[in-house]
Amino acid sequence: MVDPDGDRPQERTDRWDRVPAMSGAPQRTRPPVPPRTGAHRAPDEDSPEPVRGDRWRSVARGLGELLVTCGAVLLLFVVYELYVTDLLTDRRQDQLAEQLQEDWAEPGPARDLREVEIGDAFGVLRIPRLGEDYARVVLEGTTEAELSQGPGHYVGTALPGEPGNVALAGHRVGKGSPFLDLDAMQPGDPIVVETADSWFVYRVLGDPATGDLAADPSGIPGRQIVSPAALEVISPTPNQAAGAAPSGSYLTLTTCHPRFSARQRLIVHARLDGAAMPKAEFPDGPPALWEG
Amino acid sequence: MYGWIWRHLPGGTGLKTVQALVLLLAVCALLLFVVFPWVEPRLPFNDVTVGD
Repeated sequence: MVDPDGDRPQERTDRWDRVPAMSGAPQRTRPPVPPRTGAHRAPDEDSPEPVRGDRWRSVARGLGELLVTCGAVLLLFVVYELYVTDLLTDRRQDQLAEQLQEDWAEPGPARDLREVEIGDAFGVLRIPRLGEDYARVVLEGTTEAELSQGPGHYVGTALPGEPGNVALAGHRVGKGSPFLDLDAMQPGDPIVVETADSWFVYRVLGDPATGDLAADPSGIPGRQIVSPAALEVISPTPNQAAGAAPSGSYLTLTTCHPRFSARQRLIVHARLDGAAMPKAEFPDGPPALWEG
Repeated sequence: MYGWIWRHLPGGTGLKTVQALVLLLAVCALLLFVVFPWVEPRLPFNDVTVGD
């Protein structure tokens, strides 16, 4: 019986022999990479065709570089959204807080919140549940111009302390992420609004004894997730008609849900707890800020 | 593209590296402080308000 592979080595040697300057080389070594002239594909022709191979290679390389570049730009955009906007907003918040404190320190007639114009900072929001020193300057208006600086107050909704619904919107991720952990709010949690001369303490609706956000006697849930079109959540009485008379003093926070998405809105409702507390009496803030 | 830029930068390898880094930083700064702030409000995932 003849070994079927018997004649192979001989054949291979013949083929190697055809490679110029390789005839004496050991069979194990690979032939040198042919020069980029296309000669390895059409050794018999000496036409200027090699240019075509080069062109395809350039196109493929260019396309690859373009795709890699797009990926890098997208990654950079994520970094921008998650970190750089936070830095920019934090800096702006510091400026706004300083300005606001200066304005408030100036002697003058009592300030009327109804005279606040769109884009003006008018109060400070403090939510101990979101951090011991959580304080964000609130601006009038809810366009991106305001929201990129801090939480915004829906124009036309009640002002702090008034009957009706103080509605505030804020970013969940990026732009300082004021409402990133809004889903952590529990029934009874204080949400404190500071204005020029008063503190207002709102408390998240629900049953503080059981921690059930949906079990508020008023029927208004402490937290709900709604579609972006659900304008009724900022009605004078949440979830009622926009024209209905207010049944109390509420505060509503809106942000996007789930995180990184704008598919739905996360809503937190709270009710005013007690009357306005004059700053003259409570220079360091209401006791609710430290009860936790 | 990158090969072309590299070949057209003057100087030796060290100088080319420095120039390439400067170019990279310039592009990043342009993206972060000009392009992204312009693009961002036009993207849909930043809506936090109800209504409209």
